[in-house]
Amino acid sequence: MGKTLSEKVWDEHVVRSAPGEPDLLFIDLHLLHEVTSPQAFDGLRLANRPVRRPDLTLATEDHNVPTLDWDKPIADPVSRLQVETLRKNAADFGVRLHPLGDVEQGIVHVVGPQLGLTQPGMTIVCGDSHTSTHGAFGAIAFGIGTSEVEHVLATQTLTQARPKTMAVTVNGSLPDGVTAKDLVLTLITHTGTGGGQGYIVEYRGQAIEELSMEGRMTVCNMSIEWGAKAGLIAPDQTTFDYIEGKPEAPKGADWDAAVAHWKTLRTDDDAVFDKEIELDASTMTPFVTWGTNPGQGAPLGATIPSPDDFDEPNDKVATEKALQYMGLEAGTPLRDVKVDTVFVGSCTNGRIEDLRLAASILEGRTVAPDTRLLVVPGSVRVRLQAEAEGLDKIFIASGAEWRGAGCSMCLGMNPDQLAPGERSASTSNRNFEGRQGKGGRTHLVSVPVAAATAVRGTLSSPSDLTPIADLQEV
Amino acid sequence: MDKFTTHTGIGVPLKRSNVDTDQIIPAVYLKRVTRTGFEDGLFAAWRNDPDFVLNDPTYASGSVLVAGPDFGTGSSREHAVWALQNYGFKVVISSRFADIFRGNSGKAGLLAAQVDEKVVQRLWDWLEDHPGGEITVHLESRTVRAGAGEDAVEDSFDIDDYTRWRLLEGLDDIGITLSHDDEITAFEAGRPAWKPVTA
Repeated sequence: MGKTLSEKVWDEHVVRSAPGEPDLLFIDLHLLHEVTSPQAFDGLRLANRPVRRPDLTLATEDHNVPTLDWDKPIADPVSRLQVETLRKNAADFGVRLHPLGDVEQGIVHVVGPQLGLTQPGMTIVCGDSHTSTHGAFGAIAFGIGTSEVEHVLATQTLTQARPKTMAVTVNGSLPDGVTAKDLVLTLITHTGTGGGQGYIVEYRGQAIEELSMEGRMTVCNMSIEWGAKAGLIAPDQTTFDYIEGKPEAPKGADWDAAVAHWKTLRTDDDAVFDKEIELDASTMTPFVTWGTNPGQGAPLGATIPSPDDFDEPNDKVATEKALQYMGLEAGTPLRDVKVDTVFVGSCTNGRIEDLRLAASILEGRTVAPDTRLLVVPGSVRVRLQAEAEGLDKIFIASGAEWRGAGCSMCLGMNPDQLAPGERSASTSNRNFEGRQGKGGRTHLVSVPVAAATAVRGTLSSPSDLTPIADLQEV
Repeated sequence: MDKFTTHTGIGVPLKRSNVDTDQIIPAVYLKRVTRTGFEDGLFAAWRNDPDFVLNDPTYASGSVLVAGPDFGTGSSREHAVWALQNYGFKVVISSRFADIFRGNSGKAGLLAAQVDEKVVQRLWDWLEDHPGGEITVHLESRTVRAGAGEDAVEDSFDIDDYTRWRLLEGLDDIGITLSHDDEITAFEAGRPAWKPVTA
């Protein structure tokens, strides 16, 4: 019997396998940031252990960093200490760090791919659940806790039980204006937040193959939001074209050898998945969340559900609590929901393609008077690219705030937070209670929905906007 | 890590599903660089509500949390495990745990005991009849027990063999792996030269 893609990649990394034990897996790339690493480095110091492979380790500052005044010392002393601790640890243990102010600084999951360090067939881990992003390249990539960060630092391996395999096949093509984000939000509402638990998921089918690398990263990024161990996509020409020429991509004969191997990284025709799900992309529409977990979503054209719409007692209670927290009434059209702040950014939707898309909708339009639009590039490179293309001018002209790179309002560890009761439309990945600031209310949306919402001030898609030609006639 | 064999402590009913790690400890509390002191952030938003279970003096010294399904979803922050431990919890009982949370618990020495959803409901019912009652969790036999009389609850829980063994022995994971150092070195020697490096 043949193997699935994830089984091939897994098997290539097994250092040791013994009955009754989890496999010992070799890790090709270990990414670090300031929040989940300090206690791991402390553990190394206590045990007098070095970092085994600093040459397979990369650190960046992203969660805590300010997106304004990034050339000045961080104002919050606790955040500053955490960032300074990473700098000291990186220096003490010989780990390459891209600190605030460096041209390669940014969100760890944006930095890896843009450097070309994220490649097909690798194992990639980071103390961050959105490490699943890197699966877009055909890598097994997943988030780990701080004890495991210490384990990887010390041994360059992890003990892992072999997960089950699942295929999510998305047939057909996405309609115009419907994005990878709508696809994955639709999927999560279909499966629930626990639907992927215990599985490595392979996304496949026509709609997935037609996605750009940015779109594939958006899909894989949110694998964790339905509980999957990891999500990955078989590498193809789109993948190779994206990687070729990146700073850390293989060159010359190495490139040929690498691509020859990468082309073998496909699920065999006779391989069997433990579970399969099929979805039809052609029926998908702009999709948003109304609740307090990413599985509580609905098409933008729908109304807010009632607890009575659900059969399971747990779902009824969860819906009731979510509507109460969100300050929403069952039966209200989602398009009538007024939004205070729109956030475009994060490891889900903070790449150059996302900013181009947002700018294409905002060009010639203005942000609604009572609405704030924050545009936060995922990395310094993305910011510089956007500025080279003049996107920053479009954002500023529309009334948006153009910021520096980082995780920002996705989780509000820096000053970019919602106030209690404030409502956001956010291109990020989590709508948990208080995620974007204590008492904040989050609707997860795609980039086009975010941009259109900023213009109208209520949840909207670009089809709700007055065409630019009509605007100019007025 | 301390050995974990058995634990008896006050059971705390947390009647919610999908308790994500942002609820267990919000991001603003993650800025410490130590493994201790996270108890202040535990369920920080919910503790503002006077009716929240941890604000009931009956449960002030609770150590066995009994929660709804999909506990620990979301962020990989091990701080969620530390916050529970720093507060005094030794065991979390739920019908379904998120993978990363379960893994982090095993590494840090918090027992994540997975039971059938009906067992969670029976424990909640029992705790309602016996507020402040104690629950015993026995790792060797993988059993959970509450009470002794006619309404006693006793059932089994699931935990993978390897994690159970490590908890029972109190073993350091890194030490075990480093005993296979020669195998890691041999693997490294066979890696393709075109694999990327950061240095």
